[in-house]
Amino acid sequence: MPLFHSTFVARLLMGLIIVSFISCKDNDDTPLAEVNPSFNFTHNWDGVPIQNSDYENTTYVNENGESLTLSKLVYLISDITFSDAQGNTFSAGDYNLIDAREGINLNFAPDVTLEEGTYNVSFTFGFDDEDNAGDYPDLNTADGGVWIVPMMLGGGYHYMKLEGKYTDTQTTPSSEVGFAYHAIRANDNSTDPITLQDTSFIVNLGEVVVSPGTEIEIQMNVAEWFKNPHTWNLYELYMMLMPNFQAQILMSENGANGVFTKG
Amino acid sequence: MLGNIKNIGLIGGLVVFLLACNGDEPSPYMATPANLDVPDLFANSILPPQIPNDNPLTVEGIALGKTLFYDPILSANNTQACASCHLPSQAFSDPNPFSVGIDGSLGTRNSMPLFNLAWHDRGPLNWDGSAINLEEQIFEPVTNPIEMANTWPNAVQSLQNSGIYPELFDAAFGTTQIDSVMVSKAIAQFVRTLISGNSKFDRHLLGLEELSQEEARGLNIFLDETRGDCFHCHGNPGNPLWTDNRFHNNGLDAFFEDRGLGAVTGDPRDDGLFRTPSLRNLSFTAPYMHDGRFSTLDEVIDHYSEGLVYSETISPLMKSVADGGVQLTAEEKSDLKAFLLSLSDESFLTNPDYQ
Ligand code: HEC
Ligand code: HEC
Repeated sequence: MPLFHSTFVARLLMGLIIVSFISCKDNDDTPLAEVNPSFNFTHNWDGVPIQNSDYENTTYVNENGESLTLSKLVYLISDITFSDAQGNTFSAGDYNLIDAREGINLNFAPDVTLEEGTYNVSFTFGFDDEDNAGDYPDLNTADGGVWIVPMMLGGGYHYMKLEGKYTDTQTTPSSEVGFAYHAIRANDNSTDPITLQDTSFIVNLGEVVVSPGTEIEIQMNVAEWFKNPHTWNLYELYMMLMPNFQAQILMSENGANGVFTKG
Repeated sequence: MLGNIKNIGLIGGLVVFLLACNGDEPSPYMATPANLDVPDLFANSILPPQIPNDNPLTVEGIALGKTLFYDPILSANNTQACASCHLPSQAFSDPNPFSVGIDGSLGTRNSMPLFNLAWHDRGPLNWDGSAINLEEQIFEPVTNPIEMANTWPNAVQSLQNSGIYPELFDAAFGTTQIDSVMVSKAIAQFVRTLISGNSKFDRHLLGLEELSQEEARGLNIFLDETRGDCFHCHGNPGNPLWTDNRFHNNGLDAFFEDRGLGAVTGDPRDDGLFRTPSLRNLSFTAPYMHDGRFSTLDEVIDHYSEGLVYSETISPLMKSVADGGVQLTAEEKSDLKAFLLSLSDESFLTNPDYQ
């Protein structure tokens, strides 16, 4: 009997809570719609869209004058954050791994529900140290299981793999040389313990009016990775960049300067 | 308020009603459900395998699949079983560079070892990606003229006429009427149970065994971008599969007799690309590469160190191609080899469940 009683009370209470919650909303004079904004990732080379057919086919010229083709572009973004004028922030702390060539995860809706309104929107390129310390079975499996960064390079996860080939004109005849612009946390394992520096960065997309069905386009201009503030020289920095502490800093600084914009 | 409670009641009633409706239908035959024996190392690091909804693992299905795998009955002249080219003593691969078909004809590819394929649930099979999943893959060898050279109606007839099979299919699928789909499903179930996760390196990761100095140095070379740099394709200690299961051109040839993935997709960007093999069980899977061209691991390491050949589709990750590779020293080579061999799992060869 007491059991029945308490269950009954609990049910009644729950019913009341649900009803009061619903009526609360119904009685509001200026109802604000709850919205789930989504994101759409696009990729271009100085404004020219990069399609699947461009990979390994279209030749681009970077700031330093090297001719190159792209073969892979996969990158991780995390912690999409919405801030309102009152200084409240909303973030699900989730992440999205985009494969531009294969067209995987080009659309992403972070797990946040907002009221309609104007927000400042930002995200993290890669993983900050806190997120990078986590263990994620889906990321351990992603990109064929090779998205992980080995422990001797500081562990955690890749931020980006941008791969392709550039034309080495210093040989006769000229030759095609692979490059692997792999962004990770800067690490120097010549010291004991290993020296680590968080090279993820926050991209501020500016203000967005969020309403039902809002889709925010995040554009990556791939040419910018080679441009600003550091003119990238592929002859010097083409491979073996993961253990190169200084190269990771350069990538991070270039990434934070004009690679990403709101569409 | 009352209305709300009524609604909840109504929905509840509907749910019950729907469930009852379902219950009225004749339930399909279901054999005894079975689970994979997943090593902790796998369960703790990567996503669990996705077993296809239309082919759940069952005790009876796996047992039937195993019987079929070892039975030459599927071949045209009753001489060749799956196990003829996928020998358990070789981690289910073939010591011959090319397997010999029932009439003595030679294939053009090295037989692939079979293990941990349950986790390869997101990409195509074979060296060239020509089969979309295990169930489909298994259709192929039975009728391939240079393999078992049978026809499916004939294979099914042989099974139907045999003393034992109708009963085994009945237990696995609830019918004595055998068909090719059930054959492939049963074998696929068995193949999914083939799991290798007990190498010295696995035991090292579990803290049960120490690596030798050579093996530890070899791991560093494997992971070092300036030396081996093998991990971008063959994986790392954080993922127990030791392959990305993707397709690459690792610089074997300047021209392709076998276009690999390119012949399947028709995309010239895929010419000369083959699926990365797992580095587990290399002690048992010689010869190496899609055509079995290297009979020893030393030859494989020499290839990456100084034998790389340029072609248009070569992976950008292949370094110093103009010089043939990164030129490892003799000591680095033997360390790398020691590490590679630490990924071999003897217990996989003798697991009684698999034979
Ligand atoms: C005549 C030798 C031969 C026979 C018999 C044979 N296979 Fe194979 N198997 C091969 C070869 C060679 C390959 C690689 C094929 C390719 O890539 O073109 C292969 C590939 C496979 C693969 C793909 C593995 C992977 O990782 O992608 C599976 C699975 C397989 N075989 C299962 C079977 C089963 C099951 C049978 C029996 C029904 C069987 N094979 C019979 C030679 C054989
Ligand atoms: C760009 C990706 C890539 C890299 C980097 C790479 N491999 Fe491979 N590896 C492959 C592919 C693809 C194959 C199969 C090629 C074929 O058969 O045509 C292969 C085959 C092998 C095989 C043969 C296995 C078998 O069962 O036949 C071994 C052993 C091997 N690689 C070891 C290494 C080592 C050691 C390194 C580093 C020095 C390395 N690989 C670097 C992609 C790669």
